[in-house]
Amino acid sequence: MKMDNHILESKSVNVYYDDMHALKNISMKLEANSVTALIGPSGCGKSTFLRVFNRMNDYIEAFRMDGEVLMEGKNIYHKKMQVDELRKSIGMVFQKPNPFPKSIFENVAYGLKIQGIKDKEFIQNRVEKSLQQAALWDEVKSDLNKSALALSGGQQQRLCIARALAVEPRVLLMDEPTSALDPISTAKVEELINELKQNYTIVIVTHNMQQASRLSDYTAFFYMGDLIEFGKTEEIFRNPKVERTQNYITGRFG
Amino acid sequence: MTNSRKNRLKDKGFEYLGVACSLFGLVVLAIFIGDILADGLSRIDWDFLKSLPSRKPEKAGIFTAWTGSLWILVFTTIIAFPLAVSAGIYLEEYGGNGRWSSLLEVNISNLAGVPSIIYGLLGLEIFVRIFKMGNSVLAGAFALALLILPIIIVATREAIRTVPPSIRAASYALGATKWQTIWNQVLPASMGGIFTGVILAISRAVGETAPLIIVGALAYVPFAPSSPMDEFTVMPIQIFNWVSRPQHGFTVNAAAAIIILLLITFVMNGIAVYLRNKWQKKINW
Repeated sequence: MKMDNHILESKSVNVYYDDMHALKNISMKLEANSVTALIGPSGCGKSTFLRVFNRMNDYIEAFRMDGEVLMEGKNIYHKKMQVDELRKSIGMVFQKPNPFPKSIFENVAYGLKIQGIKDKEFIQNRVEKSLQQAALWDEVKSDLNKSALALSGGQQQRLCIARALAVEPRVLLMDEPTSALDPISTAKVEELINELKQNYTIVIVTHNMQQASRLSDYTAFFYMGDLIEFGKTEEIFRNPKVERTQNYITGRFG
Repeated sequence: MTNSRKNRLKDKGFEYLGVACSLFGLVVLAIFIGDILADGLSRIDWDFLKSLPSRKPEKAGIFTAWTGSLWILVFTTIIAFPLAVSAGIYLEEYGGNGRWSSLLEVNISNLAGVPSIIYGLLGLEIFVRIFKMGNSVLAGAFALALLILPIIIVATREAIRTVPPSIRAASYALGATKWQTIWNQVLPASMGGIFTGVILAISRAVGETAPLIIVGALAYVPFAPSSPMDEFTVMPIQIFNWVSRPQHGFTVNAAAAIIILLLITFVMNGIAVYLRNKWQKKINW
């Protein structure tokens, strides 16, 4: 794997919630078309770091940040950055499935419609393609007009993935995407992530060590707002350099 | 008597007290409705609904009154709905927590407590005189719209607040702007609550008398309004007028008109409940 193909980079990022120093001087480069797992105990800042990349923290009132976050060399926190444009290239899947209370079709088409795309055939094709990519098409193709809320939790999460894929982002941020799912649905979503990394850069927050080691190419271990260790997943799991990482991944604390 | 027995007795005692309190209002309402029905039910027929006012009680009808009420309702809704819903959206979504929005908030809560006759005076000065609308349906509708504005604003805000943050987050994360998120996700999901508030507000407006008297609704209007600039009367004013007449026949007419007015209010409340239930069933977070 080449090491010079970086799509995202954080440069000395500090995040504060009021007085709480949530992320401390994080610098990290993320490889394109790879899966990077962010691990660490609850409250270590990994989800905050994930949301730094699509600026979803902007809605939190107490949030303050300094440092730079670059996507393909462009600072996404620059004044002139259009946040809605940014989010078209950096999609997100949340911890709990959050489909809109609309039909399955409308859910997937939403991202396209808000871009002003009106071409019905185009939307139709993209919806089908996205649902296929999310391995949901065969289960829902006959009832696309059914309410998305009638789907099972696992199906809803795959629908949310399809919805994110429909706008053809380059990066997919996933915040513990399987923590609300049963083992079978989890396996399906993991399989999906494995396929998606051919075409997408994936950053995934997970509490599940096996999941991190199974899925990711790179792993970053966070502890109390510090980036303790970051490197190839094999190395982190087989041969961590820091004792705390070792202790965490072997389950001695967490 | 043991302590636990005493506690159980107190428990029972409070339960019965509670039932009695809840029944009090209902019983009074039932007696009132029974009385009105006994007086007025036999008077209601198509002629009563179709007849114009008259000096003879047996010939008088409520045609001008209920058409006037209808005109007022329609225009009040047309005026109040967009204003109140937009204000509610602003306060909830854009207002933030600054000094300006808390000032607005306090004032809107105050508005809800202003006696309705004050709205009448306001309407008289602003709409009848300054805007020269005269004693018209439009002036009355504006006065009532002001009156129900706070109710709809509060309902709108509450309805918007029930939309889970995860839905907004999903919309933003797909690149939607704030307005796109409000228009496509937040508003459709909160429409049930908003409509419920609107209908409850309108059913309050339909029973209002004081502000309309001041704005210049007339007790006697020979014809039903045919444009928003026409003079008008409404059901409560017609009822008030009849009750104050000495002839027994008019008292019966008043009772009959009250039945119709109650019917309108009940139907509107029914619609509100129906909408709320329907929406709750459809959206199951």
